[in-house]
Amino acid sequence: MFSQLIISGIAIGATYALMALAMVIIYKTSEVLNFAQGDMAMLSAFVAYFILEDQGLGFAAAFPLALLFAFCLGAVLEFGFLRRAKEPTVLGLIIITLGLQMILYGLASWRWGSDQKNFPFPVSDFEVHEILPGAVISDLNLVTLGWALLLMLLLFAFFRYTKLGVAMKATQQNHVVARIMGIRVNRILMLTWGISSMVGASAAFLIASTDTLDPNLMWNPQLKGFSAAVLGGMTSLPGAVAGGFILGVIENLFGGYVSVEFKSVVAFAVIVLILCVRPSGLFARHYVRKV
Amino acid sequence: MLEVRNIETLYGLVMALRGVSLKLSENKITAILGANGAGKSTLIKTVMGLIEDQPDKGAIWLDDKRIDGKDTEDIVRLGLAYVPEGREVFEELTVLENLLMGAYTRGGSHGKADLKMVYGLFPRLAERQRQLAGTLSGGEQQMLAIGRALMMRPRIMFLDEPSLGLSPLLVREIFHTIRLVNRELGTTILLVEQNANMALSVCHHGYVMENGRFVLAGTPQELMSDEDVREFYLGVRSEVSVKGFQRYKRKKRWR
Ligand SMILES: Nc1ncnc2c1ncn2[C@@H]1O[C@H](COP(=O)(O)OP(=O)(O)O)[C@@H](O)[C@H]1O
Ligand SMILES: [Mg+2]
Repeated sequence: MFSQLIISGIAIGATYALMALAMVIIYKTSEVLNFAQGDMAMLSAFVAYFILEDQGLGFAAAFPLALLFAFCLGAVLEFGFLRRAKEPTVLGLIIITLGLQMILYGLASWRWGSDQKNFPFPVSDFEVHEILPGAVISDLNLVTLGWALLLMLLLFAFFRYTKLGVAMKATQQNHVVARIMGIRVNRILMLTWGISSMVGASAAFLIASTDTLDPNLMWNPQLKGFSAAVLGGMTSLPGAVAGGFILGVIENLFGGYVSVEFKSVVAFAVIVLILCVRPSGLFARHYVRKV
Repeated sequence: MLEVRNIETLYGLVMALRGVSLKLSENKITAILGANGAGKSTLIKTVMGLIEDQPDKGAIWLDDKRIDGKDTEDIVRLGLAYVPEGREVFEELTVLENLLMGAYTRGGSHGKADLKMVYGLFPRLAERQRQLAGTLSGGEQQMLAIGRALMMRPRIMFLDEPSLGLSPLLVREIFHTIRLVNRELGTTILLVEQNANMALSVCHHGYVMENGRFVLAGTPQELMSDEDVREFYLGVRSEVSVKGFQRYKRKKRWR
């Protein structure tokens, strides 16, 4: 039982980690908590569903197209809404993301209704492998884990080895100095939102395939992703990933041994605990800022 | 070359520059001296397009192109590099990454040669290239900030108080490098300094700024022999006893 809970925890933790990554990528560049993150992902999952079911295209076309949609959605929201704010405060920007969340939710409910849909997926949650005595992992779990790890690897490589990735990190640290280097900060922000939206969308595809698809799909994962991000210090990508896995496992263990009803509350208990012991999160690095 | 014509810059309702004109000479070092709050940094920021909707009046020309009102990102691409006051390196990037960001606008294969040039000027950066910039000492950060600007291979480089907070030995080292860059690379330099001694020792031409306007200009020799510069910027007391009268006359000349 214990090893099974751990394994399922890791699998679900992978989706939290993806959501946490998505939120941290935006938070680092603009200090905005993006409350629309979950519903941007949800809408992208609906677009994937639309391409698969209504257009009858295969997975090989549907997922890349839906990810492309996710990228454009993120970029358009940044360009069309957040950038319009004149001399924005962080709080003002956060309110804008709350508004966007409502718009996206309304849009999905209006177009697709609120009934639960079966989200088709190429691998099944019922094909299982016994990897430890008494503990199984499904094909879908494996794909989830593999995709999450691959995406993380790609993101780390992008931020470490490409000029654009380093420029994004530079922009995150200081917009003014980035501009002095000739980095077009507005474009970087758009790109940030696009990439973040894609990461979130891929989490939504995986979550929708274990579950069903409806406009409330990402409500819980977004909260978990946010918790995982806080756990990891809000500004650290490895921290967000670790936070996601830790949260998934703890939550599952709690659900298995203590109480299923309060399983979801664990995330917040963990956050409160962490914030009491290490206010900057488990993985945050801190530099003394000059005044 | 760069020419600033009678610009005025406002911060809200406060006028920080009140009609400033300046001409840089190609391949030369020009220095601006002035006390804290005189408007030296504001002048550079205005030229770099970093103060939104400013200058309010006047014009800034580069060769035969007018550059005021352009975006900073585009001004940089015309060959203007800026080493801001307080260094402002990217603390959470490595030394190498900082330098590569300096070369952000330059595509292609120049990177390697330029990196070698910068490491040649500042061997200490080469030793620390994998280290995070936030962990460097103040002097090393200043070297990094200058090196990063040089990676742009700029025509013109603005240096805002490069000696701020550095030990005398390091200050000398930095100024030595500034002179070297000017001579070897032919970079035109605008140097803003409170350390008048040092600035006048390297520059070919100098300006003195007070309250948002230039009150004096000349060669370093001329400036060094000026009574007020000697008294207020170089810390040399004048021997004249009837001070009140003299001061009055000088003040009048400045206006
Ligand atoms: N962001 C700002 N907002 C309002 N006033 C400013 C700002 N920056 C500078 N000032 C004012 O403009 C004047 C010139 O400042 P600055 O150019 O930084 O002087 P310096 O670099 O010569 O020390 C000062 O009176 C300063 O208080
Ligand atoms: Mg200044």
